Amino acid sequence: MSVVRSTIQQILHRPTVQRESLWRRVAQNYVIKRIVRSIFIVYIVTSMTFFLDRLMPGSPIQVYVNNLVAQYGIAYDRAVQMAAALFTINLKEPLLVQYGQYMIDLLHGNLGMSLLSQGTKVSTMILQYLPWTLFSVTISLFASFIIGVLLGMYMAYRRETWFDHILSTLSSVFHSVPNYLTAIMIIVLFGVQLKWFQVGQMRGDLSSGVVPSFNLQFVGDALYHAVLPIITYVLTTAGTWALTMRSSTIRTLGEDYVLVARSRGLTDRRIALAYVGRNSILPLFAQFTIAVGFVVGGSVLIEQIFVYQGIGWVLGQAINQRDYPVMQGVFLIITLSVVVANLLADLIYIKLDPRIRTQD
Amino acid sequence: MSTTLQSYFLNFWSRLTTTWRLLNRNRAGFIGFWAVVFFLLLAYVGPLVLPVNMAENVNQIYQPPSWHHLLGTDNEGRDILSETILGGGGVISVSLLAAAISTFIAITFGALAAFAGGRTDHIILGITDIILTIPQFPLLAVLAGYVHLSNAAELAALLGLLSWPTLLRAVRAEVLSLREQDFVQSARGSDLGTGHIIFREILPNMFAYIAINFIIGITNAMYAQVGLIFLGLVPLAQANWGVMLSIAWTQGAAFFSGSLSYILSPVLAIALFQLALITFNRSLEEIFNPRLRTEG
Repeated sequence: MSVVRSTIQQILHRPTVQRESLWRRVAQNYVIKRIVRSIFIVYIVTSMTFFLDRLMPGSPIQVYVNNLVAQYGIAYDRAVQMAAALFTINLKEPLLVQYGQYMIDLLHGNLGMSLLSQGTKVSTMILQYLPWTLFSVTISLFASFIIGVLLGMYMAYRRETWFDHILSTLSSVFHSVPNYLTAIMIIVLFGVQLKWFQVGQMRGDLSSGVVPSFNLQFVGDALYHAVLPIITYVLTTAGTWALTMRSSTIRTLGEDYVLVARSRGLTDRRIALAYVGRNSILPLFAQFTIAVGFVVGGSVLIEQIFVYQGIGWVLGQAINQRDYPVMQGVFLIITLSVVVANLLADLIYIKLDPRIRTQD
Repeated sequence: MSTTLQSYFLNFWSRLTTTWRLLNRNRAGFIGFWAVVFFLLLAYVGPLVLPVNMAENVNQIYQPPSWHHLLGTDNEGRDILSETILGGGGVISVSLLAAAISTFIAITFGALAAFAGGRTDHIILGITDIILTIPQFPLLAVLAGYVHLSNAAELAALLGLLSWPTLLRAVRAEVLSLREQDFVQSARGSDLGTGHIIFREILPNMFAYIAINFIIGITNAMYAQVGLIFLGLVPLAQANWGVMLSIAWTQGAAFFSGSLSYILSPVLAIALFQLALITFNRSLEEIFNPRLRTEG
């Protein structure tokens, strides 16, 4: 009886563990902070396009409405309605309502309609062209990462040899020369002058007559058309990965645990894979942000040079023709993709490297 | 006062001569430096000194290189060599201006963020983060689509929005760390203003890093500038490497073997200048940061 009583007393009068409130712990969680930050960035970009559309002097909507009224003699109200369908911003409503309506439309996937391709929804265009860019960019990122990492490690193990010097120089050169210039040089030197491939045949996403379906002919044809952009992306980014991996590996090779592993008699191959490789790769994840932004950003020009109809090409055309709804929609999707890719890379990095997990 | 100024300049001069000596010993830096000098001279002094002739001559379209036209002629019979000489100044000037704007923004707001702390710091860091995450070239292209660029200064201002984030972070970090050090504390104790502290105490320490970032700013600005011109977002002015490239491309000069010189001249000019800048910059990094020198 007294045991029960004393136990109850102990429970009631126990010293309370000082834990931070649930709210604070959630707010400090790194993963949640990253996700919130990503959402915030996308929100800022959408607000920025709203601002540019609506509040800038010479706002595109006003210009469009005025144009409709002046050139086609359409009544002002009707013109505003038409503009509202295209831009998802209705000039007649109060500003805050416009903003709210714009955001709600966005969340529903309504990105407006193209000014120039009458009757085409921006979301339709994006869905049509985005897969091609995702296809080429993803392959390129993986290929350049793998090639870069392998080359970098090999360069570190064989540092100061001619192999190392030549590859380091090549990597710097391809990193310094703007990627669109490399693309032009590939076409001019290998396509036109040396005639290694038929430039005309490699344009576009697919050869005419090939229907998208999951068979070998389609995939092979898609790869054939994507190979030039992929080569360009890989050439211009693999070198940077290689150089970073090289310096990271050199640093890791100097660590104590590598020395201990060697003295324990582990084979070089095991050390390279399990000890050196794993630890040297970690700093490369920080570079991933830059690489994704670089490749996606470069796609605007590179897809235009190779006439590869992906989302970068669409953006280039839209900007050139001042097709504002398409411009904004594509830019938003591009930013969204980059933000998501960076978020994924960050989360993978957190999983891989226990050292940076903040205490919870 | 004059002795302080004197010592300031003497310090600067001795550091300059040391840098020069180290640069000469580093082979890549040597080549890079002189290549940059070559391009600058070609772009700015060339038009004044060398014979440049921009006359069209429809009888001499796409002539191959000859003694008369060292690089051949373009699609309207103009001398390509003249176009290349005249084309550098505009591109380089805009890039320099853009890099200067970038550096100015970075130093000002970086120091401001570090000194003010709190809310201001948070806001500035947030903006820096956002600019770093959004892919830069599409952002610039979209902005150029809204703001109809009409002259070089506007173009430079737009390009200046590019490269400041990394430098801003570095300046902010440096100012934060130096803020607590003795010489800054004593300067504050002597009631010298914030401007004095920034310009006399902190910046001289960061000069090397700022110079390196400035050159990176030039390369970024040039990349974006030529890209914008290629997309047709900048009103064309003749005799500019970017415009030359854009016209050569749209004229299909890349696909015709006779017009090789017309498409390759701007490509090589821009590419080699970028290469020279980056090589020079890398050797500067090695000089100022001995830890970066390639160690076995």
